[in-house]
Amino acid sequence: MGTLELNQPGKTVLMLGNEAIARGAIEAGVDFCAAYPGTPSTEIPESLARVAERFNIYVEWSTNEIVALEVATAASIAGLRALVAMKQPGVNVCADFLMAINLTGTNGGLVLVAADDPRAMSSVNEQDSRNYARHADLPLLEPADCQEAKDMTRWAFELSEKLGLPCILRTVTRLSHSRRNVKLGDLPQKKRTARFKGVYICRDQDLLVAQHATLHQKLERAWEEFEASQFNFYAGPGKAKFVIVTSGSGWLYSREAVGALGLQDKVGILKIGTTWPLPEKFIVAHLKNVTEILVVEEVDPFLEQNIKIMLAEQAKTLGPIEVYGAKSGHLPAYGEMTQDKVAHALTSIKGLKPRVRDKKYVEKVKELALAYIPPRVPTFCTGCPHRASLWVIKSALKLDGRDGFVTGDIGCSSIGTGLTGYFQVKTVHCMGGGIGLATGFGKLDRFAFDQPVIAICGDSTFYHAAIPALINARVHNSNVLMVVLDNGGTAMTGFQPHPGSGFDVLGQPAPTVEIDNICRGIGVEVRVRDPFEISQAVQDLYDMLQESGPRVMVFRRRCFRIEAKEKLQKKYFVDQTKCIGDDCGCARFCSRVFNCPGIVWDQQAQRAMIDEVACTGCGVCATLCPIGAILVRGAAS
Amino acid sequence: MTLEKDPLNLIIAGVGGQGNILASQIVATAGIKEGLYVTVSETYGASQRGGPVMSHVRFSAKAQCGPLIPEGEADVIVGLEPIEALRIIGDYGNPKTRVIVSPRPIYPISVLAGQAKYPPVEEVVQKLVGVVAEVRVVKAIEEGETGLAANVVMVGALAGSGMLPIKINNFEESLREIVSPRDLDLNLRAFRKGVELAGGKAAVLAPVKPTRKRVIRVDNRLNQ
Repeated sequence: MGTLELNQPGKTVLMLGNEAIARGAIEAGVDFCAAYPGTPSTEIPESLARVAERFNIYVEWSTNEIVALEVATAASIAGLRALVAMKQPGVNVCADFLMAINLTGTNGGLVLVAADDPRAMSSVNEQDSRNYARHADLPLLEPADCQEAKDMTRWAFELSEKLGLPCILRTVTRLSHSRRNVKLGDLPQKKRTARFKGVYICRDQDLLVAQHATLHQKLERAWEEFEASQFNFYAGPGKAKFVIVTSGSGWLYSREAVGALGLQDKVGILKIGTTWPLPEKFIVAHLKNVTEILVVEEVDPFLEQNIKIMLAEQAKTLGPIEVYGAKSGHLPAYGEMTQDKVAHALTSIKGLKPRVRDKKYVEKVKELALAYIPPRVPTFCTGCPHRASLWVIKSALKLDGRDGFVTGDIGCSSIGTGLTGYFQVKTVHCMGGGIGLATGFGKLDRFAFDQPVIAICGDSTFYHAAIPALINARVHNSNVLMVVLDNGGTAMTGFQPHPGSGFDVLGQPAPTVEIDNICRGIGVEVRVRDPFEISQAVQDLYDMLQESGPRVMVFRRRCFRIEAKEKLQKKYFVDQTKCIGDDCGCARFCSRVFNCPGIVWDQQAQRAMIDEVACTGCGVCATLCPIGAILVRGAAS
Repeated sequence: MTLEKDPLNLIIAGVGGQGNILASQIVATAGIKEGLYVTVSETYGASQRGGPVMSHVRFSAKAQCGPLIPEGEADVIVGLEPIEALRIIGDYGNPKTRVIVSPRPIYPISVLAGQAKYPPVEEVVQKLVGVVAEVRVVKAIEEGETGLAANVVMVGALAGSGMLPIKINNFEESLREIVSPRDLDLNLRAFRKGVELAGGKAAVLAPVKPTRKRVIRVDNRLNQ
């Protein structure tokens, strides 16, 4: 039995941050979960799906984040407890609906988990979603470790129900993707039934203003709740003049930095878990004798600015307090927080000697790293159909010769910006952004614009965000060629199903919505090709480039990682008697140009060679080798 | 329980797809069984696709640690791949760091394409020896093997090395919890192979003092 369903209150287990959030929801008796996959949030719905039957939870991968929030809100309105989880740009996608349900209010507990990604380790932006809490006047909780992630999630449902408002829980990559000790709570006996009652309309002008006033009253109530919250506490000496005010991941970085510098007797730490609205009385009580504070948080100076407003309002009580943080330049308002950064801020404010690594040692090891470590850049996996698709696109654009270019999108295909995609992709912004941009480029002909434009996007992205732009291209007859790289799943985040997959989050059969049917319905020409049939695909793509108006090419081949689970693959090898190495004139096409990690340049033999450990047996290289030296093992040649 | 060094900082480094996450999960669960506070921080997402990956694993008898190890403060490094071990030393190593490394390279694209050279593995190991307190080379993958469960062999080597204050049976219990029953036998065998390769068989009850001596066991038939 997994830790998620363990009914042993008080037992300590190792839990991933996202599992802890899921467990908190289970302990709160969550009934409904909707989400779109996105790092670092994906494991939350996946965890709930694993125990969906046992705890009678409905879980779905929604088409996109705003749909996820809408369907989850329906559950809340019907009196159920619902959770939505998303990565940071997903909060932007659902913001339109969020800015309406704050006014109409909700019923059953509704928790929105916003998973931010400081340092953009797997994101296209660095966003601080906490700003949405202030923007939408919604209560905000920031867990500092896995235990709090569980306990706060559980509490967030109660809070949401009490206030009749969605509650935002903000996590970050280093929490969602860290594993730590978690002491389990009890599991609920839940027996909720769903029923619609009441009115949820934000439309009427006078009513809206009244709703807005009510929203502010609800936030006042949240503020009262927060004053007594166990998630806010002070740690440190009784009469510290210098206090670190911190939230979320900043708490442990701060505590360790203070400890490492031996400042435990001089510096106190005020840890705030409920960061909007701020628990003002609690904070004021702990800043009475303080003259300096340092604010530690990730990423924007959200807490810092709100604290400064509070200090201005409390100037009579507190007197002047010097505030250090992002504005003072002691900590960056970008990138990831670390213990080292907090320590650096402390030593520079206090005029202490900074802790540094032995300079000579660092020079030596850094030099070694430079001399010995060849660069390791992310690449399409061995056997990835996108490698072939981008090769086809590159070849067709070259044949066309009009300086055409590719607008890109989110997901595995975005790796196509680099070497492994032959540097074909020239723009990447957000889900669906590539086709929208391309549709604009496709209307510039009256300004002497004559470059062909190809918009690529993955299949999951197509459903998520590309359809409105494609409709736009159709009704305005934009000159755009869209290439959908259909690999049969949401690959980048771990192969979650989408509307074309034919199964749901629990693996149960589901109806499919075909991409080519959608295109036909919109009224655009669509062709479906296998990108591994390279010469045919190049010819067809070239032909489509010569046409005008909106057109769609679907390159359909299942992600090899999905495929490999289902069948035994063929073993390929390079016949080194046939490969003639550098005499071929192919410029080491398979290993150097096509660039698949499954093909190695054999230095000794000066011939290509298949790395049988890495090779997935996709066989596309065999169709590309100019002299047919790549063969299937055991097959008649 | 007290630790001689608290927190004790471990980094498991490798390349996406080597099973870094499972390795750190086994080690961390064993740490919790030992009654310690454990924090694991993992890199994944885009790094899954052939990029360098590492897990920071931190043990403390006193309190929960932050997710990241400060620069230069790794006590133990497990390299699932030789140059990845060297890469970690650059940011997190110090002269007292101890290293367990698998000598089997995973070639970056630039090397596969013949555009960059992968340094001879013996040389990488020699360089490692020059900058840390101890290096143990553990040949987790034999010639011709695919590297299946090599991550678990390396966890076994870590357990057997006695560098962590965690008893071997706690590692095995953690394997039983985490690995699916179907793969348990294979993984237990891999784990025990690692324990033997590291030279330790008995359960280690107390934290081990850092060794001054450098133990190097480089197999001559290393696959380069």
